[in-house]
Amino acid sequence: MRDQQLGGTARRALTLAAIPFATLLSGCQSAVLNPAGDIALQQRDIILISTALMLIIIVPVMALTVLFAWRYRKGNKDATYDPNFDHSTALELVIWSAPLLIIIALGALTWWSTHLLDPFRPVNRIAANKAVDPKVKPIRVQVVSLDWKWLFIYPEQGIATVNELALPVNVPVRFDLTSTNMMNTFYAPTLAGMIYAMPGMQSQLHAVLNRPGEYEGMSANYSGAGFSDMRFKLRGLGQAGFDQWVAQNKAAGRTLDTRTFVALEKPSEKVPVMRFAGVDADLFRRVVERCVEPGKPCMSDVMRHDQAQGGGEPNDVRAGAGMPSGHESMPPHGQKPEGAIFKDGEEKGSGPNITKPRGPGAPGSTQPASQKNRDMSYLIIPPVPGVAGTGAA
Amino acid sequence: MSEQSILKAIFGRLTFESFPIHEPILLITFSVVVLGGLGVVAALTKFRLWGYLWKEWFTSVDHKKIGIMYVILGIVMLLRGFADAVMMRLQQALSFGASEGYLPAHHYDQVFTAHGTIMIFFVAIPLVVGIINFVMPLQIGARDVAFPYLNNLSFWLTVAGAVLVMISLFVGEFSRAGWLNYVPVSNLQNSPDTGPDYYLWALQIAGVGTTLSAINMVTTIIKMRAPGMTMMKMPVFCWTAFCSNILAVAIFPVLTAAFACLMLDRYVGTNFFTNDLGGNPMMYWNLVWIWGHPEVYVLVLPAFGIYSEVTSTFTGKRLFGYSSMVYATVVITILSWLVWLHHFFTMGSGASVNSFFGIATMVISIPTGAKIFNWLFTMYRGEIRFELPMRWVVAFMLTFVVGGMTGVLLAVPPADFVLHNSLFLVAHFHNVIIGGVVFALFAGIDYWWPKAFGFKLDPFWGKIHFWGWVIGYWVAWTPMYVAGLMGVTRRVRHLDDATLQPLFVIAAVGALIIAVGIAAFVIQIVVSIIKRDQLRDTTGDPWQGRTLEWSTSSPPPAYNFAFTPVIHDLDAWYDMKNRGYERPVTGYLPIHMPRNTGAGVILSAFALMLGFGMVWYMWWLAGLGFVGLIATAIGHTFNYDRDYYIQPDEVARVEDERTRLLGAGA
Repeated sequence: MRDQQLGGTARRALTLAAIPFATLLSGCQSAVLNPAGDIALQQRDIILISTALMLIIIVPVMALTVLFAWRYRKGNKDATYDPNFDHSTALELVIWSAPLLIIIALGALTWWSTHLLDPFRPVNRIAANKAVDPKVKPIRVQVVSLDWKWLFIYPEQGIATVNELALPVNVPVRFDLTSTNMMNTFYAPTLAGMIYAMPGMQSQLHAVLNRPGEYEGMSANYSGAGFSDMRFKLRGLGQAGFDQWVAQNKAAGRTLDTRTFVALEKPSEKVPVMRFAGVDADLFRRVVERCVEPGKPCMSDVMRHDQAQGGGEPNDVRAGAGMPSGHESMPPHGQKPEGAIFKDGEEKGSGPNITKPRGPGAPGSTQPASQKNRDMSYLIIPPVPGVAGTGAA
Repeated sequence: MSEQSILKAIFGRLTFESFPIHEPILLITFSVVVLGGLGVVAALTKFRLWGYLWKEWFTSVDHKKIGIMYVILGIVMLLRGFADAVMMRLQQALSFGASEGYLPAHHYDQVFTAHGTIMIFFVAIPLVVGIINFVMPLQIGARDVAFPYLNNLSFWLTVAGAVLVMISLFVGEFSRAGWLNYVPVSNLQNSPDTGPDYYLWALQIAGVGTTLSAINMVTTIIKMRAPGMTMMKMPVFCWTAFCSNILAVAIFPVLTAAFACLMLDRYVGTNFFTNDLGGNPMMYWNLVWIWGHPEVYVLVLPAFGIYSEVTSTFTGKRLFGYSSMVYATVVITILSWLVWLHHFFTMGSGASVNSFFGIATMVISIPTGAKIFNWLFTMYRGEIRFELPMRWVVAFMLTFVVGGMTGVLLAVPPADFVLHNSLFLVAHFHNVIIGGVVFALFAGIDYWWPKAFGFKLDPFWGKIHFWGWVIGYWVAWTPMYVAGLMGVTRRVRHLDDATLQPLFVIAAVGALIIAVGIAAFVIQIVVSIIKRDQLRDTTGDPWQGRTLEWSTSSPPPAYNFAFTPVIHDLDAWYDMKNRGYERPVTGYLPIHMPRNTGAGVILSAFALMLGFGMVWYMWWLAGLGFVGLIATAIGHTFNYDRDYYIQPDEVARVEDERTRLLGAGA
């Protein structure tokens, strides 16, 4: 009786364990396993090769587990029972060296693929058998993650969009990424792997899109209340289509200047696509250097100032030798933050419960069951200039 | 002074608005907790159990009782953490396209933060520490741990942390910054509310407890082994406990320091992790993961130890490759330090740095693989009894290898670039934590329960518990692997693509199957207590055990062993049985034992007061808590009444009773 149960146990466990592999191989519909970009395609191949390598160990282990569990069950009188079998040099050699060999192979694969697919490395091929044409200039896109939307600046075209990214197919693209406040990851699964966009820092991603079409992109790193809807459309277009798309943006009329950017930067969610015909050429640098707002000094200026104020002795190792003397450093970025402990009375805030409907008007004027109440940032979305109804849920 | 500023001075930022009376889910939960709590209090009062609990349990310094209390804490918090899990699964199953589900972002973000925090810090750690506490001193033939009072304090500090997290459910709100309280989300300007403060204070208080406990365990293993038990004759579980606690001693200070810096940022206005003025959020990520990755091994190494003990016992064989098992454990301990960066390959470190950390991560799979093979060859030529604990081992081996494989896959940086932060990653770590750690904890509870209470757990409900978890795990997490490969990322509250919905519905069904497993676990305990006379074990050795804990009675007497055993071989008790060991029944000597103290409870109450006061900016309360902490700690140093002797006649009485039971059983 017990034996039968165990047989069932083993079979069921094996079937269940096999599911992930089956789906892994059959899930061709997915963005990760059937991508439209060459980089993502190579990353997919790495996943498949590594998985196959590891299955060389995993499958025998699972099979042996089931086999041994079944064969050496207590009820089986045919099996040998050897209570003192606890060492075998030959077996020990195998159980350490077999995983070691696999890891050596996988380690080699890791070393070259990591260097080859490093996001900072310009792509050298458009597709498997197609090298980059040296005459084609890579397109550049500057990506800024705002709370909670994506801003794409095309410095060469002089345009900018929010939550829509268009790329000409088969043209290498270089992204420069940064963020205004939160840490997000820029992720278009069909194009290439993700990379963080971080405040005060600049990261890079090189990729190429091979198939025209409409794809999804998103932030893959949790960044606060509006994170779930921080998505953008990725449009792969032919060269003609791309030129047309640029012209469409040029026709939008608005310019992304400092004032507009400062308004845009405020938290908002589910922001519809916005287009800007012109963009401040220096905007991206100022975002990275955290000096978009008028009056804020840029990080590089602060550093240069500090350097000038310092002892000027680069080899001086005394503590603080590189620091500015006295209080003559640049004014800090905006207002210096004040810790909670220095606040008193009113400034402390009351620890509001934000789920409480904050609606304007008299108590009870918000409908109790309305979806708007459930949407934390619904009522605090600032109006984005020129776009009607960003506040709509 | 206006009336308002007086109120502010007393209540800080606590106002009526801080109570979530607009949130029906919380209101219902609150009323259930209050009613349940009142019921328990009433029952305790009615049956006059307060004095008993205080004298025999709360103030106890007995490692066995503290271990049991840790396990109870872990199980209670498991119910809370699992409730969060079910809420998330339900939200994700409902929230597609036009439907926003039933949780607003504000609430959902707290739920997933609380789930991760609670499951690691207040479920996994207490259960692991509890089992180590109970089993390890018995396995090394000791009468208690090295610092019995510290052990009690560690436990109550952990409780204080857990209580603070639970308070955040009904007073104010919990953090919304993910289970490691990531900056910049948890910076003061992004989260001015109480959430990150609750998180920080709860974990600092509990973290001090965990660090002290780890110091205690390491000292115990080094100094208090029975004569003859060299390191290489120590049971594998003790080895894994040893390595795990060494890791904990080394990493928890890092976490404490990182949290302290974030506290300074929030309370004093420093700029360690801010976006401006030279602060760097990436630094925080590095620090928390320098803690975070070894923490995985702090949990999973003792789990491996449990599997080793169970496999050896239920196959009726010596463990295959004992020394290679020990070396594998030590190698994992060392390597676990060199891998933290794999949690953020995508943050833009260079290719060489990424390759280094990727390959270092893969190398860990070699000793881990060796361990799997060792269990496998322990089963080979064994005589396997599929009692409850052994079932968990087989389920673990079949489940864990898949998690290990996906883990190595994620360690390949180019693969991680597309899988990082995806549900594939989430499925991976649930695969190794449920399949590795949780299964082991249940195996451990099933295995050592008869030692702790003198009767076995009911096998029928145990099987339902087992199948609920195993099937539930696979049904819940296989779809998440698939969703990750479709490009779905983690912590998402709402998805547009409705074609993904079936995956999340299946996952929700899986969570419900796990719920059946959890319910069966609770029922199993209740049924076993009711049927304890049928399930009674009088021998103290119900499984034909091999290590020293099975040589004493179940439950063991306060002093564990009437005579300190002398060890000649690995699997000491098996060796003793083989060589015709005779239990001595006369010639007892007085036994030196530590005395109970309430200082741990009082210190933890003050720590809780300090934490709560700081969270709400009630400086007077925080000050009171702090002064109370210092005063009690100093006051306790003047308590010279720390120990007592159990007299030989008392020992004789206990041992004669055991002789009678053994005779009756035979």
